[in-house]
Amino acid sequence: MSAACPACSALPPPEAVSDGRPTHLLHLPDIHCGACITSVESALNAVPGVESARVNLTLKRVAVTAPALATAPLVAALAAVGHRAERLDPGRLGPQDTVSRDLLTRIGVAGFAMMNVMLLSVAVWSGATGVTAQVFHLVSASITIPAVAFAGQPFFRSAAGVLRKGRTNMDVPISIAIVLATTASMASALGFNHRAGWFDAALALTFFLLIGRYLERRGRAAARSAAAELAALEAPQALRLDGERETVVAAEALVPGDLIRVRPGDRLPADGTIVTGRTDLDRAVLTGESAPEPAGPGDAVTAGETSLTGLLTVRVDRAGRDTTLARMAEIVATAETQRSRYTGIADRAARLYAPVVHLLGAATFVAWLAMTGDGWLSLDIAISVLVITCPCALALAVPAVSTVATGRLFRQGIVVKSQTALERLSEVDMVAIDKTGTLTSGTPTLGAGVPDDALAIAAGLAAGSSHPVSRAIARAASARGIAPAAVDALREYSGDGVEGRWNGEVVRLGRCAWLDASGDGATCLQIGAQPPVVLPIAESLDPSAPALVRDIRATGRDVALLSGDTSAAVRRVADALGIACAMSRLRPADKVAWVEREADKGHRVLMVGDGLNDTGCLAVAHASIAPGSALDAARNAADVVLLSSGLSGAALALATAGRAVGRMRQNISIAIAYNALAVPLAMMGHVTPFWAALAMSGSSLVVTLNAVRRYA
Amino acid sequence: MNVLVILIPVSLLMGLAGLATFVWTIRSGQYDDPAGDQARALSPEHDDAPCPPGTRS
Repeated sequence: MSAACPACSALPPPEAVSDGRPTHLLHLPDIHCGACITSVESALNAVPGVESARVNLTLKRVAVTAPALATAPLVAALAAVGHRAERLDPGRLGPQDTVSRDLLTRIGVAGFAMMNVMLLSVAVWSGATGVTAQVFHLVSASITIPAVAFAGQPFFRSAAGVLRKGRTNMDVPISIAIVLATTASMASALGFNHRAGWFDAALALTFFLLIGRYLERRGRAAARSAAAELAALEAPQALRLDGERETVVAAEALVPGDLIRVRPGDRLPADGTIVTGRTDLDRAVLTGESAPEPAGPGDAVTAGETSLTGLLTVRVDRAGRDTTLARMAEIVATAETQRSRYTGIADRAARLYAPVVHLLGAATFVAWLAMTGDGWLSLDIAISVLVITCPCALALAVPAVSTVATGRLFRQGIVVKSQTALERLSEVDMVAIDKTGTLTSGTPTLGAGVPDDALAIAAGLAAGSSHPVSRAIARAASARGIAPAAVDALREYSGDGVEGRWNGEVVRLGRCAWLDASGDGATCLQIGAQPPVVLPIAESLDPSAPALVRDIRATGRDVALLSGDTSAAVRRVADALGIACAMSRLRPADKVAWVEREADKGHRVLMVGDGLNDTGCLAVAHASIAPGSALDAARNAADVVLLSSGLSGAALALATAGRAVGRMRQNISIAIAYNALAVPLAMMGHVTPFWAALAMSGSSLVVTLNAVRRYA
Repeated sequence: MNVLVILIPVSLLMGLAGLATFVWTIRSGQYDDPAGDQARALSPEHDDAPCPPGTRS
């Protein structure tokens, strides 16, 4: 805003030069109203160094111009007023969508030209004759020809493209109808014959078809930008060690041989080998195993894993596009292209429709020429057939419904990424769900049955650690109102546990193997020389999981649980949810094989998962859903991402998809019924330009209204 | 009949003016954030300096 204030020019210039363009983009998942806009903008403008901040409520983003600032203070300022914000990487968002804007301009031109020509046509239809009609025709021609030449280009270009390849699509009859209607009307305007003109029909056709095209385009652009936005959310950074100094660099800038520092809680930015330090690694995104694994010098680590407890120095072995994570994402991209061969309802209908339209138009012309010998009359009737059959309603039938349905889901925090996702979701008859991170929150909780005094000591030991199990113990103690016991001389053994001194005795909390007790992967507490006590630690179930399973069952679909975790952990979750079909210890390839086996049996599987071990599955399944907390690669592979809706959004997405596809079928039936009625009339020569205009607008309106009608 | 000689150009000019306005609204990015504009219309805070075209996200 400084440029707008004259007094500011007297101030010394800011350190960093700005050209007024936004320097930071933040994603604000929770904003929804005018009050949020005001509070976000005023909070950001209050931060010193911010020149301007502008919220885009439609995209749920804010663009901030603050060339001298990093992102962190902006996010902190927003958090202080209660708004969640995430950094978006503008470089990954891609260029702005200019094609939609271009289509919108063409719609405007066609619309305004259509209105004017219709006004003139009304005069002709209501009886203007002689010179007046001639003048009106000429005026209409002078509006229509440039308007059609400009607005019809998307159809002409597409038609020319497929004709050159010797094929045909829906744009061919559309282009023929528009061009024929315009040239034949031109002939009558110049006085070669005295038939009514088709100028308004040519423009109305262009107008309605452009709207259908625009909606389709918007749907695709929204899907793409959602994907780009998800990719931009994850802008991984690394701490590179240059001699003694630490530098923050983008993860892509790392090269093999670099030494990087990984702090507790960091996600590994590259594949590598641990040089110094011991830690517990959270490998859940890669293996689905819920318990962290200890790791030390010499162990290999993989991008995407999270270091939980210790400070590490890691030598990078593979970075950027070569990491296991990135290669996985490429496998997914290949599977993606296979799935894009799925043809939607609209394409199947159009594939049948296009040849029929050509045949009908040609047959009408030939038949009338043979019967009457009047070339102009035959051409006129053939044009009326082409105009009537032109798929205005058909072109709107599917995109209008999917625009409405995806918009409705987006407001619920569900992003539909793929264009045919709604149709594929509606066909699903089996739902496979991943356990770790999807059905369970991934954060463990302490089970019942631990004596109060043991819990107090455990809480005292856990107080110094950020390990998920330690935090679970601390949470359980405060929930039961137990104050942590005073434990001193705390010492953390990364990867093993914690040791301390309580009442003069050595107390230890850690892996059972470390305390020489049985109980694989479990946590034990040892007080002095007493035998260790096993603390029952389990993951907490997502609170909406039981409702999700129930809702899916209610629609008559089977539910299966696929997990890479131990069978005991999987059994516990499956029993809690009443899922009979539960598979454990599955490697990523096993999961893919399972989905493919079910597909061979004729099942259409919906995969719900969040980890890297699910990505293959998400890509090969008939349809897929990932929670918003999922890994980048998993979100890329999924058709639908549940951003703020939580897990229950999966059931909502299924239900909405079913209803939307029902509505699409309805719309196509309406369009076909309209054609069945109008085409015979047109072939018999009963359709005048006036009736054609009415029928075309009428059927398009009915289809659109049916799409926006409330979902019962 | 002569009245048409005036009225037709007038109606065409009005149509062209409308079209030009529409093209201007597209160019100046007025359809970029419909939900936000809807909310801002009722905001008590005046926004006398709308952001120049091209600077929106």
